[in-house]
Amino acid sequence: MIPAAFDYTAPSTVDEAVRALADAGDDAKVIAGGQSLIPVLRMRLAAPTTLVDIGRIPELRGIRDDGDALVIGSTTTHYEVQRDPAVRDHALLLKVATDTVADPQVRHRGTFGGAIAHADPAGDLLAPVLALEAELVLHGLEGERTVAASDFFVDYFTTALRQDEILVAVRVPKHTGWGAHYEKFNRVAQAWSIVAVAAAVRTEGGVIAEARVGLTNMSSVPVRARAVEEALVGQPATVEAIKAAAAHAADGTSATEDSNADTAYREHLARVLTSRAVTAAAGV
Amino acid sequence: MRITVTVDGTTYTDEVEPRKLLVHYLRETIGKTGTVVGCDTSNCGSCTVHLNGQSVKSCSVLAVQVDGAEVTTIEGLARDGELHPVQQAFHDNHALQCGFCTPGMIMQSIDLLADHPDPDEDTVRHGLEGNLCRCTGYQNIVRAVQDAAQKLKPGSQQPVGGQ
Repeated sequence: MIPAAFDYTAPSTVDEAVRALADAGDDAKVIAGGQSLIPVLRMRLAAPTTLVDIGRIPELRGIRDDGDALVIGSTTTHYEVQRDPAVRDHALLLKVATDTVADPQVRHRGTFGGAIAHADPAGDLLAPVLALEAELVLHGLEGERTVAASDFFVDYFTTALRQDEILVAVRVPKHTGWGAHYEKFNRVAQAWSIVAVAAAVRTEGGVIAEARVGLTNMSSVPVRARAVEEALVGQPATVEAIKAAAAHAADGTSATEDSNADTAYREHLARVLTSRAVTAAAGV
Repeated sequence: MRITVTVDGTTYTDEVEPRKLLVHYLRETIGKTGTVVGCDTSNCGSCTVHLNGQSVKSCSVLAVQVDGAEVTTIEGLARDGELHPVQQAFHDNHALQCGFCTPGMIMQSIDLLADHPDPDEDTVRHGLEGNLCRCTGYQNIVRAVQDAAQKLKPGSQQPVGGQ
């Protein structure tokens, strides 16, 4: 199908983009790679009056080392995240999760910040961003503010972004030397996660020293499996110990029911996939 | 809006509506009907083209977003009447039945081989994850991509097509 008509502007600076968003009012949308938005426009599930394209703002694209963190510009593509040596070395969880996003064509065009701002609960980058305790840098008419990932995701497709704000960068604390794995359960190629688990683990001499576990699609927002994280610390990195800790994976979640899975099945998946993800991340 | 875009080596300047999809621009405005539309959901990959050297689904890009860019379609691959090695490999290996997915399959295969010059079967299957063939011809498609990889290797004496 053909999208409903809209006005289009492609500013070259963040300030211009924020001004364009504010001027266009409530029915304006930000577009970058467009890999979630354009299909939605095509099916006329949304009909914004104005699109503000931030894909031509050079300062939003690229990954830089900022000492104890990596700063990933919001319009950096999935393909660029996958191939970046600093991401591999300091935020491996982001790389392995990005490897599972959609398909190669979509990863060439889709952006890291776009996927996060879209906030689909089945999106694969939300749980890793939450698990790595990233901070989101937002820019609006009143300037810049930073929001923790744990405060950014509010509900289905809803974030802390105000109408005049743009997600400009994601600040990811370095997790150098941590093992990582993203275990995704879906049924066919390109399908969204029914449930997925993001795990990052730091081991010391065969013992789990620190663990971060994030769950995809176990609530309207990504959730941390804190009970699992706490149960893992100090345990030997063995299949049995990890499986015992993973039994807590569904604690405190509120998984939905749909045609793919009911709540009990999703909870079962969360436990099984957490066990697999942590085992792989710990290199067992 | 006015856009200027280079498609298969020729530069075009056109007035387009912001809502016009790249695939519709290619097919309807400049007549590149080799790029086809196979679905309405961004799944099938039939409309795959190269945008500044990378594969994209042209149903999921706005024409206004390619202003100033370079696009290559299936129609821009052959040189002096000779098929591109990947096109020839698809021909040689019977990697199509109805042929509808073929333009996208070939464009994505070329992209895949640029990143993985000697892919194993698993790499080919994952690399073509965004392209659907409903004649269930994946077996020969995988074979064609691996055949093309061998023939594209530097120093390969074997001409594509085995002539």
